[in-house]
Amino acid sequence: MLPRHLPRASKAIGLLLTTSLIVGCATTTSSTSPSTARGATAEETRWLNRITYGVTSQSVAEYRRVGRDGYLDEQLSPGSHPLPPAIAAQIGALELDQLDPAAELLAINAENKRINDLPDPAERDAARKSLNDRGNRLAYEAARRILLEAAYSRDQLREQMVWFWLDHFSVFQYKGNIRWLAADYEARAIRPHALGSFRDLVMATLEHPAMLQYLDNAQNAVGHINENYARELMELHTLGVGSGYSQQDVQQLARVLTGVGLAGPSPPHLKRELEPFYRRQGAMEFNPARHDFGAKVLLGQPLSAQGFAEVEQAVDRLVRSSACAEFISRKLAVYFVADQPPPALVHRLAATFERTDGNIAAVLRELLRSPEFEASLGSKFRDPMHYVVGSIRLAYDARPILNTHPLVNWLNSLGEPLFGRQTPDGYPLVEAGWASSGQMSRRFEIARAIGSGSAGLFEPEDGSSGSNAGFPRLASRLYFEDIEPTLSASTLAALDKATSQQEWNTLLLASPEMNYR
Amino acid sequence: MKRRDFLVGSGAAVGVDLTSLRVAFGAPSTGGAADSRFLLVFLRGGYDCANVVIPASSGFYYESRPTIAVPRPVAADATTALALDTDWALTPILRPSIGALYATGQVAFIPFAGTDDLSRSHFETQDSIELGQPLQGTRDFSSGFLARLNGVLAGGRPIAFTDALPLCLHGRTDVPNISLRNVGKPPFDDRQAQLLQSMYAGNHLAPAVADGLELRATVAREMETEMQEANRGAVTTKGFELEAERVGRLMRDQYRLGFLDVGGWDTHVNEGGAQGTLATNVESLGRGLQVFAQTLGPAWNDTVVVVISEFGRTFRENGNRGTDHGHGSVYWVLGGGIRGGRLAGEQVAVSRSTLLDNRDYPVLNNYRSVLGGLFRRLWSLSPAQLERVFPGAAPADLKLV
Repeated sequence: MLPRHLPRASKAIGLLLTTSLIVGCATTTSSTSPSTARGATAEETRWLNRITYGVTSQSVAEYRRVGRDGYLDEQLSPGSHPLPPAIAAQIGALELDQLDPAAELLAINAENKRINDLPDPAERDAARKSLNDRGNRLAYEAARRILLEAAYSRDQLREQMVWFWLDHFSVFQYKGNIRWLAADYEARAIRPHALGSFRDLVMATLEHPAMLQYLDNAQNAVGHINENYARELMELHTLGVGSGYSQQDVQQLARVLTGVGLAGPSPPHLKRELEPFYRRQGAMEFNPARHDFGAKVLLGQPLSAQGFAEVEQAVDRLVRSSACAEFISRKLAVYFVADQPPPALVHRLAATFERTDGNIAAVLRELLRSPEFEASLGSKFRDPMHYVVGSIRLAYDARPILNTHPLVNWLNSLGEPLFGRQTPDGYPLVEAGWASSGQMSRRFEIARAIGSGSAGLFEPEDGSSGSNAGFPRLASRLYFEDIEPTLSASTLAALDKATSQQEWNTLLLASPEMNYR
Repeated sequence: MKRRDFLVGSGAAVGVDLTSLRVAFGAPSTGGAADSRFLLVFLRGGYDCANVVIPASSGFYYESRPTIAVPRPVAADATTALALDTDWALTPILRPSIGALYATGQVAFIPFAGTDDLSRSHFETQDSIELGQPLQGTRDFSSGFLARLNGVLAGGRPIAFTDALPLCLHGRTDVPNISLRNVGKPPFDDRQAQLLQSMYAGNHLAPAVADGLELRATVAREMETEMQEANRGAVTTKGFELEAERVGRLMRDQYRLGFLDVGGWDTHVNEGGAQGTLATNVESLGRGLQVFAQTLGPAWNDTVVVVISEFGRTFRENGNRGTDHGHGSVYWVLGGGIRGGRLAGEQVAVSRSTLLDNRDYPVLNNYRSVLGGLFRRLWSLSPAQLERVFPGAAPADLKLV
């Protein structure tokens, strides 16, 4: 057992552990064979810190068991690892999985209608509030599930990719009815494709009611063109701005997308010749009566298909363009390698993207095994999501938290809430977006909140009484075996001056090393 | 470790007596370049200028917006739009705030303002405006125009009142940023702050860490004063007004260059006219700016606020009673000492034939020229200094200050 309240004494023990660790590691030369030491080397810890949201004892043990190649294989084809039972139980208790977006949207419309017809203003306000409260609760539950999976799933690469694509195909919860749709958007449009086919991902987001509402394509109809989604589909989702498409292309794509909207309570009455074009999938409806069937030219080539098939043809053309391969590859490299990723790496990734028809796992495999990736370990600044989730993983390891509100609040205060980006461009993925002075002091406050108490993380959300958890024990075996070897002399010197375990925790969580991955 | 001087006066330390600061900076200002303050307010999302500063003499405006046009001003009817001159009118919801400032010459509007960037993309255009670089050539994302302005001013003392540092303040030196929407007590004492800083010694984040810890402590002291004032029965404000009041206090006492952004302007659907989504948002903006002006007190006479947005919106309403991404905008210039009460800059009659691409306001007053001209007057900048702020832009002298 390590001493609990005496950082100095625990440090002495740590030195002993560290020494044995270094001796043990001297024989481990190949980075791909399982480590024979008790813990990970500094390089291995940094590698795990990048492949995951942050190193835990479980991730180190698994790495030791299967080696680097084996670990990467597991991460790239996830699915076999169940969540810890306590976390799975929390998620199972949420209302989310029973939600049907199509039914939900119809119910909201009906409820709004009912509320507007209520004669008594007080009753109207109360009904409105209750509807609103439910929306807020569902949006919170969506965020809660994402955070619990990010912190506790063993499929850490997939969890990071879920966040990455949620951000890439960003939706804002306070627009339309997105609070009711956010969980479904994550579970059905994003998660199944997070390591799959990019084309499927684009189609799944295109067809999802959350995106149809967020970027207004639900309103886009022949004679009432709304170009919002068409523009962002090219600019933000597939091609990237300045990649060669024109305002003309935006207008053409907007016409292609006319009629892709939300299903009403019953199918529309259609002329006989339009009936074969009608299509309904969940809450999405392709209404041929709202579609512009005129000829269109996209990226210099005419489109030959008609109706919804034309939408699919247009998406195929976008995702198979080399601009898209380059754009997505670069963004992945920014997320996983460097703010300014080496162009040679991006070109190689783009070639893989094109060769595999946009297979995300294949591109990631190439990226994560590249020398550029190895060379960048420890130098990528953690965005707030990585900082918050990584800190919780370090502080509590496998111990399940009972309350996710503190995590949601910290992400809010750091400016990176889930489903909270108002503009469709997603959050910055580079250090300059998150390392300003205001951000740094906010992080230190969060470090203190986590390091010096239980921060409300162990008060059950159902209001039942929780355990008095006290503060976390960051000076753990994980720390001495795997973290301490990665720390700089200045960080170690500051830790040595801590006057309490809480302060020591706070300093560790606030250190430069904990702000990089 | 090199630290910024946060407090006016050299080397003011943590624990300085705020009362004396207050007296020193609450005194009437002597005027002149050294005291000039500048606040840039960025309306993110592209605000629909045509429904705020209305081209009321244009029949084409009313034809183009059958459901969302703001009705024409009616003389002697204070519920209608306020006539600004023979062509333009202010949306009625702004009468008590911005309208009152206009009447006393403290507001000017610059129609047909904006950038030559025609991407009509929020992000592309916001970025290019914040960088303030020529559109030709490669962009340097580490060099924003307010950061460059700060570089040519002695003691510019910049700050962003935002959660994240905006692109326009990215530059060689770290600029502090803090959102004033919600503020609490400082969590670290001096010894702890020192320990935190020591971990970052030699790290490129060291200045940001030092700035952040110090600013946090300073703002906490300011908020203590706010609470005392509130307890003495001062009117309590909330939302954007409260934020604007806090911004005003920091700009009055400590900072000379500020940045603030306000969101929620992307009105593709159900925008509303004299009332509705846009009107509600613009009302809160107007009241906040009024509170900002009051909070500055005498310093308002040496302060200039410019309100900009990345682009205007389509002149015609769309099929959803909203408007889509357009081009030319209307900028606002406010200040106690400005030559306002007028529309400034190049103009053209608003009609079908003068629209750009038959859909948007054209840009006749480029933001780099307009702001360059303003900065030149405000701080008596030399041509060489101005060239550093806005390379290759010819300053336009609108004689606003």
